Amino acid sequence: MSKEKPPYILLRHRDIPDLDNLEVYRQNGGFKAFEKVVTQMEPAAVTEVVKASGLRGRGGAGFPTGLKWSFIDNKSWPHYVVANADESEPGTFKDREIMEGNPYQFLEGVAICAYAVQANVAYIYLRGEFWNLAASLDQHIAALEAAGLLGENLFGSKYSLRLYTHLGAGAYICGEETALLESLEGKLGQPRLRPPFPPSYGLYGKPTIVNNVETLANVPLIIERGAEWYRSMGTEKSPGVKIFSLSGCVNKPGNYELPLGTTFRELIFEHGGGIPGGRNIKAIMAAGASSSLIVADERALDTPMDYESVPSVGAQLGSASVIVIDDSVSIPWLIDKTTHFFRHESCGKCTPCREGTFWMSHLTERIANGRARREDVELLYDVASQIRGKCLCALGEFSIEAVLSGIERFRSDFDVAVGEVQTAAHVEQVPASD
Amino acid sequence: MLAEKYAQEIQTILAKYPPDQRRSAVMPLLYIAQRDKMYVNREDMAEIAEILGITPTEVASIVGFYSLYYEEQKGKYHIQVCTDLPCALRGAERFMQELCSRLNIRPGETTADGLITVEPVMCLAACDKAPMFQVQSGAGLSYHENQTVESALALIEQLRSDAARKRGRDSHV
Repeated sequence: MSKEKPPYILLRHRDIPDLDNLEVYRQNGGFKAFEKVVTQMEPAAVTEVVKASGLRGRGGAGFPTGLKWSFIDNKSWPHYVVANADESEPGTFKDREIMEGNPYQFLEGVAICAYAVQANVAYIYLRGEFWNLAASLDQHIAALEAAGLLGENLFGSKYSLRLYTHLGAGAYICGEETALLESLEGKLGQPRLRPPFPPSYGLYGKPTIVNNVETLANVPLIIERGAEWYRSMGTEKSPGVKIFSLSGCVNKPGNYELPLGTTFRELIFEHGGGIPGGRNIKAIMAAGASSSLIVADERALDTPMDYESVPSVGAQLGSASVIVIDDSVSIPWLIDKTTHFFRHESCGKCTPCREGTFWMSHLTERIANGRARREDVELLYDVASQIRGKCLCALGEFSIEAVLSGIERFRSDFDVAVGEVQTAAHVEQVPASD
Repeated sequence: MLAEKYAQEIQTILAKYPPDQRRSAVMPLLYIAQRDKMYVNREDMAEIAEILGITPTEVASIVGFYSLYYEEQKGKYHIQVCTDLPCALRGAERFMQELCSRLNIRPGETTADGLITVEPVMCLAACDKAPMFQVQSGAGLSYHENQTVESALALIEQLRSDAARKRGRDSHV
């Protein structure tokens, strides 16, 4: 790599060994920011700094974080903070690395957010598969309590804070914030009708801030180094750094922490080492399985990955889970995978999503297996179009993105699938056993 | 009875939530029951309902909705292979098929000795390290990444000898 890598901001454990040890974290400035906010700052002033930094939610929606915090309803108490560690989007594996490698920076972010909205209890909702991770976070929380950094009357103030982990049990939908809150209340993980939004009506009906792990992990350094410092990275509308989870047909899959506004080309070819087996890149999914399929032409590859630019190539940045698809992959096969995923994960509460994902999966299966007629592709497009704009939450909307964009942008693959020619079966090019 | 066997653990869990929101503890309590016998039976659901002051039907609805809870006994070890899109692009489907054929089962089935169930699951947030799977057992969950069929079979042998050793120990008690 020609450019020298600046120090990590979120994946700091890659620069600093043993950062998951509280002593090491504190030697590197850890919990100075939390002490500063509790002892020297008004809660609203903390929110103002985060607002000024331009930090946007890293879970997918990109909503301005400080603005969300400022919506907390101060007429209703108690307040809660919930960290969304349900990371379940196919292609996303960044929060797990943060919580494993740099857990205290995340926990400090939770603590600062809790102080800013004056919550005395915060929950960390982890997907059920993160069982070991929850156990290690419990140990880190115990270490913080033993060190007097969590608990009653922190730093001699009147402020108290307790953190608790809570494990989900295998439901993608619980990444949706209101479904997550229902689940945390011990109910089925089904989204609520909104408004009201969580900052006015959240956990147990009380004002609640729900933020993604990566979002919160940004907060300690924003407090320590200031909003201007944060704005010096990334773009004007998407300041800061982002962890891009790179997967699929690429030589070096993994997490890459880069400024927002880095191009797809730089991520995939410079950092990710390009496409294996001398194949060509065909499509990109920028937001995991919830993505539209971007045609990977020169213009797309030169598009900056930030919240404002990705829509210019007909997609969203979302959680920045970049799945690379090469020219061996059949798009009907691909949308059959995504459609089955969403069918499995639909919570069943609203009809367009529950029935729509079911019907789509029947059609995609038939098309991918070469048993479909041309009319089936039209029917699939029609069903997907009818789901659009009619679902209770984003899951249903996500389920149609790859389907509609796949048919619109990769029509010839569907012609092959329904034509005389046998389906261009997907070829797995990375050997599984060598 | 869970309440006697896991009294301390249950108290720690209940203390996480406000006293008037005990229902929040339903999922953690179900994990205790499941860890005990690798599935959740009717008696445990009824007991959890009683602890939380909700109906057994409400507890059963949670078990039915969330995919990590089991209502019937399957293998002692669940080998859960992620075959979602990013993993499939790196050979996960072929990996699972080959593993199953070496074990003489089909995906979703349990080996003849009743120990190993292999099943496909949805994304496990390890897309860059495919093929990968998690092993779910009474001891909890563990991730196994960058796998080959051979490395998976070696692990399965290990699990089988662990189980055999445990059986031997139990029979001497």
